[in-house]
Amino acid sequence: MADEEETELSEKQKKEIAKWFLLNSPPGEIQYVAKDVKAILNEEQLYREAASEAFPLYNKSHLISLELPCRSGDVIITSFGEINENEFLDPRTAQVAIVDHIKQVCTEVRPATDEELPSPYIEEFRCALDAEILKYIGEAYPKGVCSVYCGYGKDVEGPGADFVLVVVISATRHSPQNFCNGSWLSVWNIEFKDDIQILEFSGKLQVGAHYFEEGNVQLDAKHECKDSTVFQSPEDSALTIANIIRHHETEYLASLEASYSNLPDTTFKDLRRKLPVTRTLFPWHNTLQFSLTRDITKELGIGK
Amino acid sequence: MEAAMGLMRRIPPKHTETALSALLTLLPQHSADLLSQVDQPLQVLCDVDSGKEFILCEYNRDADSFRSPWSNKYHPPIEDGALPATELRNLEVEANDIFAIYRDQYYEGGISSVYMWEDDNEGFVACFLIKKDGSKTGHGRRGYLQEGAWDAIHVIEVGPEEEGTAHYRLTSTVMLSLTTNNESSGTFNLSGSIRREMNMDLSVQEGHLCNMGRMIEEMESKLRNSLDQVYFGKTKEMVCTLRPPSEVVMRLPES
Repeated sequence: MADEEETELSEKQKKEIAKWFLLNSPPGEIQYVAKDVKAILNEEQLYREAASEAFPLYNKSHLISLELPCRSGDVIITSFGEINENEFLDPRTAQVAIVDHIKQVCTEVRPATDEELPSPYIEEFRCALDAEILKYIGEAYPKGVCSVYCGYGKDVEGPGADFVLVVVISATRHSPQNFCNGSWLSVWNIEFKDDIQILEFSGKLQVGAHYFEEGNVQLDAKHECKDSTVFQSPEDSALTIANIIRHHETEYLASLEASYSNLPDTTFKDLRRKLPVTRTLFPWHNTLQFSLTRDITKELGIGK
Repeated sequence: MEAAMGLMRRIPPKHTETALSALLTLLPQHSADLLSQVDQPLQVLCDVDSGKEFILCEYNRDADSFRSPWSNKYHPPIEDGALPATELRNLEVEANDIFAIYRDQYYEGGISSVYMWEDDNEGFVACFLIKKDGSKTGHGRRGYLQEGAWDAIHVIEVGPEEEGTAHYRLTSTVMLSLTTNNESSGTFNLSGSIRREMNMDLSVQEGHLCNMGRMIEEMESKLRNSLDQVYFGKTKEMVCTLRPPSEVVMRLPES
């Protein structure tokens, strides 16, 4: 069997394995996975190292939202708002949330500094868009959270230069009592091209769901799309952008529903049919017929 | 071990293999338990004698070799590899032939293997395996799937015959993954694994094979149905909870 060198796992390998499990946790389940990983590792220090590396990555890739203290809304954990490892900007309230990644809570907030916030010119676009997206989220997602960030050019003072706004939408639902968790995440990158007066969109949508009552079934769906429109005033741009996002997300939901309704008769059938090609249950009581046919084909030499 | 099984319930089923090998590395002392309790995607070898493919599992393994149900030979060859007794081997040969026809009627392709061995209480155990690649590059007749895998493992413990009947205990696992991919809707992947048990006392008048076959057929239909209706349905329900389709929103503007 394996020799000493192979069986003796390095700390580093163990940590990597622990991180792999944490990062592959389904939406909303990293705390449960963490508990099991901790029990398996059985080494407090090693677990802590793995968790401190994996949680921030998981939190950012799942765009988790954390409640801000004093009821001032939620902050989304995303690289677009990341000031440093534990500090995330909430552009709507111009606050910086200080977060504990492993506990997945916001421990305190501080006002954002002027350097951390966009220029008044950019803020006008950002704020108008935030208001429209907020309206859209309220209508489309029962439990959605959204935020609009300036992805590039936050110090642009006025017309004449390009900038990028990023719309992040995160809707999650955790109902472990019903053995079901899920998340819908969208990131829309909108490039304001000043010179050609065009807005270019690229959207990344990601939907996941996990159902685990006496089994383990997961949905993992991803879609990317592009669009463009003309450069307008902050208010008009905001309205157009929100409409375009609404349009694409509605279409995507429809395509997900179509994928589901295609399952029984087309896609799933390619794995296993509901009934045999003969459309009757298999004749287990009369399998002799098969050996007879086989003998005949053999005798006549017409076998494969 | 409990924690390990807890993880296996959460890690995406398409990563089962990676997860299992990770657990084996971390918990070498539990490797026997892990290998018997965690089902993993089935592997295939080609029988050099018959040219036919056969499925590998714990039940046809001896050391690092696997016995083919077609030639009854181990691949790679070993000396004194365990073989079933003649009578059981005859039933195994017949089961493989019939099950291949059954498999073809339901799966329109795929690979199947049946293994049997004596157990300690005068009965025997049979393991029926099916592996189907339903992707358009594999055996997908309709060509809808970018990727599509179905692995079914049925283990039946058959008790000794008493007054014309025998007890059958079937444990079945299905693991599947299907992915569609097109420009307008992106990639859509569903993967899952479920395991169920069924117990029956049946008259052996029509033979063990007939009884086992019917149980497997019923079980497979049940599993397929619950995956389709219940499990996939629940994930769809979740998606529609996250973002209700617009007609629902219009009807319930307050929610």
